Order: sequence, then structure tokens, then C-alpha cells
Amino acid sequence: MDSVDLEHFLVIGAILFGIGLYMSLAKRNFVGVLIGIELMFNGVNLTFISFSRFVESAEPLNGHIFVIFVITVAAAEAAVALALAVLLYRLRDTINVDQIDLLKW
Amino acid sequence: MAIILSGEWYDLRDLANPIRELIDALGAPDAVDYVLWSLIAALAILIWLVVSVIAFIWIERRLVALMQNRKGPNRVGPAGLLQPIADAIKLLLKEAITTRDADRILFWLAPIIVFIPTIVVFAVVPFGESMVLADLNVGVLFLIAVAGIMTPAVFIAGWSSNNKYALLAAMRAIAMLISYELIQVLALLAAVLFIGSMNLQAFVSWQDEYNTWLIFILPLPVVAYVIAGAVEINRSPMDLSEAESELAAGYHTEYGGIKFGFFYQAEYMAGFAIAATVTTLFLGGWTLWGLEEWIPGWIIFLGKLYAVFFLYIWSRGTLPRLRIDQLMAFAWKFMLPLMLVNALVIAVEVVVWEETGASRNVALPAIGAVNATLAVILVIGWARVLGHGSGLQRGYRATLTREIGKIYYTGAEVS
Amino acid sequence: MEDTGTVVAFWILAALTVGAALSVAAVRNLIHSVVLLIVSFAGVAGLYITLSADFIAVVQILIYIGAIAILLIFAIVLTPRAGRLNQEGFMLLPALALAVLVAGTMIFVAFDTSWAISERDGFEETATAIGDLLLDKYALPFEIASVLLLSAIIGAILLVRPEGAEEGPE
Repeated sequence: MDSVDLEHFLVIGAILFGIGLYMSLAKRNFVGVLIGIELMFNGVNLTFISFSRFVESAEPLNGHIFVIFVITVAAAEAAVALALAVLLYRLRDTINVDQIDLLKW
Repeated sequence: MAIILSGEWYDLRDLANPIRELIDALGAPDAVDYVLWSLIAALAILIWLVVSVIAFIWIERRLVALMQNRKGPNRVGPAGLLQPIADAIKLLLKEAITTRDADRILFWLAPIIVFIPTIVVFAVVPFGESMVLADLNVGVLFLIAVAGIMTPAVFIAGWSSNNKYALLAAMRAIAMLISYELIQVLALLAAVLFIGSMNLQAFVSWQDEYNTWLIFILPLPVVAYVIAGAVEINRSPMDLSEAESELAAGYHTEYGGIKFGFFYQAEYMAGFAIAATVTTLFLGGWTLWGLEEWIPGWIIFLGKLYAVFFLYIWSRGTLPRLRIDQLMAFAWKFMLPLMLVNALVIAVEVVVWEETGASRNVALPAIGAVNATLAVILVIGWARVLGHGSGLQRGYRATLTREIGKIYYTGAEVS
Repeated sequence: MEDTGTVVAFWILAALTVGAALSVAAVRNLIHSVVLLIVSFAGVAGLYITLSADFIAVVQILIYIGAIAILLIFAIVLTPRAGRLNQEGFMLLPALALAVLVAGTMIFVAFDTSWAISERDGFEETATAIGDLLLDKYALPFEIASVLLLSAIIGAILLVRPEGAEEGPE
């Protein structure tokens, strides 16, 4: 408890990833699924940054660069996905993912 | 005794000096020193903010009254000076109502969250040479990021009230905030490109070293930032999210008593935050061409800050309110292209300056002249392109009637 | 990182982040869920600061709280008659099992591997170095990212544009 090491951050990253995974698989609401995905992104980013801080490397800042790209992609993904959600709502009057099953048969 | 003899304590040019001396005299360990220092500084900023807000409630009302040829508050105390205190007491004593269908937790939380960004901004603003609570390397980005917290706070306030006017106003406020956040970012980007640092103290020392203010070199970003700031702090002519003729009182319609007081105060503090940003980034911060050796830097800073804030009072007293579609079109069609072009031009100028290695006495006036000319040409030219200012103001205008998914335009049929 | 301030800050922020993230999944109301998500994002930003990644921390606040959370809120508000409940579908148990398994594996790996820990201190300041890297070594990905953002903007506008919308003025 008296010092903070790489493992501490990795555990938090893993927990965030786990919660995100659970939400994106289990939630019925489309927005809930998206929230899960964002949490997963955060877990991954935290892992990147902690490796970048702690692990021996010639260019430690590469982790930060990766995180910037992940954040960029996350923003693009959120915009498109939420546009999809609005479109879906217009067509089907619901954004519950288990009611959107036209491709099932 | 040791404090007095050390010869620094009376140096009120920088209030940090006497405080440092006092803390050193205590002889406590470093960690305690650090905490004490932060606490004292944070407390000082808070007290200054609250006093300023109380003072400016009176000043603003008197000034606006003066502009509109009426008297303003003049009954409570001499010249109405005690009016803000009476207002505060009234707000404090009112019952804090929570409406029946409100989301209770969020309803209570919103006024508190609104406070966070407005106060936290002052942590990075330098009041004097060493009077800065947190000298962040990414100070400019921090200012923008923290201002972004305002958006969810406004939404929480509007949504949790469970009132259609509050929700509509909140959505309107969010749309405005996001649009004008873009303008703010681009305006500050131009300044950061020119200075080459995101540290606020670096901005001040750059302007001190080159004996100029950034406003003379980058006129367009300053104007853009001041306008975008007016949107962010909900001030006339951009106070659409509390347009009382359309939306009752905006996103805090359901708030009364001290909870409303929180919003009211946060708005003022956000105004001071914008003014402080403009002062630091574009008006030389706490320096005034060597005068800061004789007058305390924080007095210079506050003088500039209040002068910038006066602009907002002035505009509130004189300008009519815009319409929402005008405001959004102004952001996306007018400001955004101009700011993008401006950022590009400034990047080119910086490179050219570096490549030619011109002396500052040649380069700075030249860049300033080019930018000022360009600003005028851009503004007039782009306004012409968009069909304004040619005398024929007629054109397609979106009316406010809007059915779901369809905007009706008038002007096409109407001849 | 042994100094008391960092350790205390870490444990507070860790509790905040994980607690908020757990409540995001557990809370019934979707709006509450988004608000808690914002708290969780802020906690992660704080953790970045303890990792001396000041630039990333500010970017996290700017993008995640200022943009993505707002997008989520917009998505909720723009679908007015859809359910506001944050309930689970029939996949609850498999998802829970899988999530616990994945997180458990990662935690096990984190503790089991002997990482090549370096003894260097935190970064002095990262913004300049990141800028240099982005415009030098990673210039191509940087450009691709901007193209991606542009296509995302156009795609999003195209998707939510009403069917047969009238051509705008000008």
C-alpha cells in the first residue's frame, strides 16, 4: 500500500475493460452498449499510459501517441455510432439491440 | 521577527512573497508547506471571486441603468451599494424548492457541478510573477478542457428539472456551447502557434519580452474569443439559452433560492474566467511595459480583467438578442472558415519569420499589419460571399417553425 | 512512485474510477449512467496525471467529457420514446462470465509477468515531445486520423440527414 507500481494501474485498466465488455455484451439499450465500448477504450488507454510511464523503452512517449490515436478513433466511432442510433430509432422506434433482429432469419 | 527582517515580506508587488515568508517561518515539513500554500492560494482566489461578483452585481446594474437612461438600484444603502448583499440574503433565506417530478440527486448536483469549471480555471491563471496556483505546461488546453465541463453541467440542470422549457434551453445551450467551443479552440490555437507554448506564464513573459500585446498581432482571434466567450457565459447578445420570451428562464427555470444563486454566481465567475483568459493571453497579463516594477502586478492584472469584463456589461446594455439560427450560422458558416484560414496564415507567418530570421522590430509590426489587413479583408469578403452587407438583405432564412426532421424556409415563395 | 501524495491520490482516484464504472453498469437510469461515466472519465484523467501524462489527461477531459459524453447524452435525448432503462438482455450471465474471465486473465498476466521496469522518473512535460513525434515519425498516421475524422463527420451528417431533406439555402 505504500507505493504504486505498474501492476496497480494494470489492474484498474483490466477492471475497466471487464466492466466495458460486460456492458457492451449484456446491455439492451444501444447507448448502454456504446458506454461499454467507451469504458473499454479507457481501460486500454490507461494500460498504454502506464506502460509508457513504467516500462523500459527507447521511446517511452510512443504509448502517448497510441492513446491519442485511440481517442481520435473513439471520437469518430462515437459520432457515427450515435448517428446510427438516431437513424435506427427513426426507422424502428426502438434502440434496444435485441429487438433489432431483421438479419436473424 | 525573522519574517520582518528577511526583507521580502513587505514586497506586496507579488502577494506570493509574504505568504512564502510566513510559511517558511513556520518551519513545517515540505508536505505541510505545500498543502498550506495551496490552501491559502485557493482560499484567496475564492474570496477575491466572491467579493468581485458581489461588487460587480452592483456595478453592472448601475452601468446598464446608466446606459439605458434609468437609475438602477439606489435605495439600499448609499447609492444602492448594499443591494447585492440584500439580494444575497434574500436568495439565502428563500426556500430551496425541489419540484415534485425532478430527479432529486441530479437536481441538487447540477448547481455544484456548474461551479467547478468556473473556479478551477483560476488555478492556472497567473495573477503575478509567482502568483499562480498551478503552473501547468498545458495551461491553454486546460482552460478549454475545463470550460467543456460546463456542457454536461448545463444538461444535468436542464434535464433533472423535468420541465420542457428547461430541457429545451439546456439542449440549446449545449448546441451553442459546443459550436463556440470550436471557435475558442481555433482562436487559442492561433495564439499558441504564434507563441510556441501552452504555458500561460510563458504567454505573459513573451509579451513582456517583446514589449507588445498579442492583441495587436492577432486581432481576429481576440475578437473571435471574446464573442465565443460571450456565448459561453450566456451573456447578451448571446443569452439565447435564457431567452425569457421563449424559454421562461432557461435551463435553471425550476431553480429558486440559493440554488439559483449558485447559477447566477457561476455565470459571473465564468465571465471573470473568460476575461482573465483574454487578459493573460492577449493583453499581457500582469505586465504593463515595466510598470509592474512599481505597481503590484496583480493590480494591473485585475484592472485589465475588469476592463475586459466591462465589454460584456457594455454589450449587454446595448445589443439586442440574436436568434438561434443566426447564432449557429454565425459560428459554423462565418467564424469557423475565418478561424481556419487565420490559423493557416499564422502558421505560415511563424515559419516565414523563422526562415528569414528578421529582427523583431521588423517582423512583429509587419505580421501585425498583415494580420489586421487580412482580418478586415476576410470579414468583409466572407460576409459578401455569404450574401450580407450588399444592401439586399433579402434571402433564404430558416424560420423558427420546425417540424420534426424538416425545416421550412421562407423567402423562396415570398417575393 | 513512493511519495505520499501520489499514493494517496492513486488510491482515491482508483476507488473513484472503478466505483463509478461499476455504478455505470449497475444503475437503472441511463442518464445517471452517463453522469457516472463522466465521473469515471474524470477519475481516469486524474490517474493520467499521477502517471505524469499531463497532455493526455487534459485531452481526456476535453474529448471524453466534453465531446463523447455529450454525444451520448444527445443520443439519449434524440430517441425520446425509446427505453430509458439501463437493463440487461438475455446475455447477462454469459457476458458476466466472459467479462470476469477476461479481466481475471489480464490481472493474472499483469502480476505473473516480470515487466522490464525502468527506473526513470515521470515525464517533465509531454506536449512538445508528442507534437514532435506526431509531425515527424507518426506524420502519416496523423494525416490518416484526420481523414478518418473527416469521413466520420460526413458519414454522421449523411446518416441523420432526414429523408428527402430540402436543399438548404445558398
